[in-house]
Parts: sequence; structure tokens; C-alpha cells
Amino acid sequence: MIRRTLLAAAAFALTLSGAALAQAAKPNDAQIAHIAYTAGVIDIAAAKQALKKSHNKQVLDFANEMVRDHTAVNDKALALVKKLGVTPQDNPTSQSLKAAGDAKLKDFAKLSGKAFDKAYANNEVAYHKAVNGALQTTLIPDAKNAELKSLLQTGLKLFTEHQHHAEMLAAGLK
Amino acid sequence: MAAAAGLALLSLAACNRAPPPAPKTYQVTIANMAYGPTPSGLRTGDVIEWVNNDIFQHTATAKDGSFDVDLPPQAHARTVLKAPGVVAFYCRYHPGMTGKLVVAG
Repeated sequence: MIRRTLLAAAAFALTLSGAALAQAAKPNDAQIAHIAYTAGVIDIAAAKQALKKSHNKQVLDFANEMVRDHTAVNDKALALVKKLGVTPQDNPTSQSLKAAGDAKLKDFAKLSGKAFDKAYANNEVAYHKAVNGALQTTLIPDAKNAELKSLLQTGLKLFTEHQHHAEMLAAGLK
Repeated sequence: MAAAAGLALLSLAACNRAPPPAPKTYQVTIANMAYGPTPSGLRTGDVIEWVNNDIFQHTATAKDGSFDVDLPPQAHARTVLKAPGVVAFYCRYHPGMTGKLVVAG
């Protein structure tokens, strides 16, 4: 089971960075905003599933933090695109992110108790790692608008902290 | 006799010593997932006013357990420094955020 979860997480990480890098044309700011926002929405959905399914205080605390932080950064992103007059634009990277996120929700819906907690924590590590990679290699360097770039940089700091926190959580569940 | 001399010395010392400085309040600001610089010259009795200018909720949590302040976005909160020493602190939600207060007696 654990092996399957790890494999799924690795496959997902590959899908994400692969998709982000495979785009022949560099994403424009409207697409970058959409990708970053979608990445947040997916993590919020995962956290909400954890809040419903888990009974572990550490997992619940972590999930509450994910909802709170990602909602804050996404609200800020929405305010920024409104100010800039940019409409976030759907794109293949956002779509593959969303498909992978939905598949995870479906997989994890079948789990319960410790198995769910471990799967959620391990996936949070892999997911934040993958998003951090995409932010560093594609989204931040390609962003043209200075305010968008700066928000993505804050996002990278936040996601890096979340990755460390998720690693601590996953280690504690072993 | 010795006691009387001791008492005289004590009262002399009390007369000569300047009154302890009034406690001061210092701000430590949080922005962009980091604590701003912590003030130097802190003394017991001084107050740290934590100001969270970030869009995220943070905490200022002492590693030795002496304080644990929850800081929603835009919140202000105060911590009185009760004892001398070096107090390392961090954010419970984002443990990579750290700082240190150096408090003199």
C-alpha cells in the first residue's frame, strides 16, 4: 500500500514538472496566474478531505494551516489579477494538475485511519516539492509582471515551509 | 554591630544606584514569511510588540516555552520579557521562520 502511494506520488510529481516543462511556448502571465491559483485550489481540496476524514490532531492542524495559507495567497492572487486587468487563462499545465489532484482525492477517499493520514502527509510532501520545482524552474523566471513575480516568490517561501512541515508530519506518522 | 554596618552599606548602595530604567516597548514586525530584526539592548521587564504585516497567520513561539503568541494577519500582540537569557523563537506553522531575543538582567 505504502509502496503504491509512494509510486503514485512520484508519478504525480513527474506529471507536474514534466507538464510544466513540456510546454513548448513559455506560459504567459495569465497562464502562470492560473497555474499558481489552481495549485492552491488543489491543496485546499486535499486539506478539506483530510479535515473530514482524519482524527489525528497533527494532521488536522496541518490541514487547517493549508486551507488558511493557500486561501490567503489565492485571495491575494485574485486581487492582483483584478488590479492588473488580467483574466487567468486555463492551460494544459493547470489541466494536468487538476486531473492529478482529482485522481488523488478519489484514491484517498478509499482510505481511512492511519492509512489515510500517511497517504495524505506523504502526498503533501511530494506535492509541495513538485510545486516548488515548477515555481523555481518555470513560473517565477517566466513571470513578466513584477508584482506577480513577487507574489510567486512569497508563494515559494510559503510552499517551502509547507514542504518542511509536511516532512515533519510524515516522519511523525511512521 | 556587623548587621548595622551591613544595613548602612545597603542603604548607601541604594542611594547611589540610579533607578532602574523604565521598561521599553520594542516592535518586531513579520512580513513576507520572515521576522524582522530583533532589537538589541533588551532588558528584563521590556515588552516586545509583535506586529504581523503578512497575509498569513503566524505565531511567535519560544523554544523554552516562555511565550506562545498567535498572530493572525494584521494582529498586534505583546510579550513581557520576564527573565534574562537568550530566547530562541519560531513560528509553529512555518518552523523555518526563526529569531532570537537576547535579554539582559
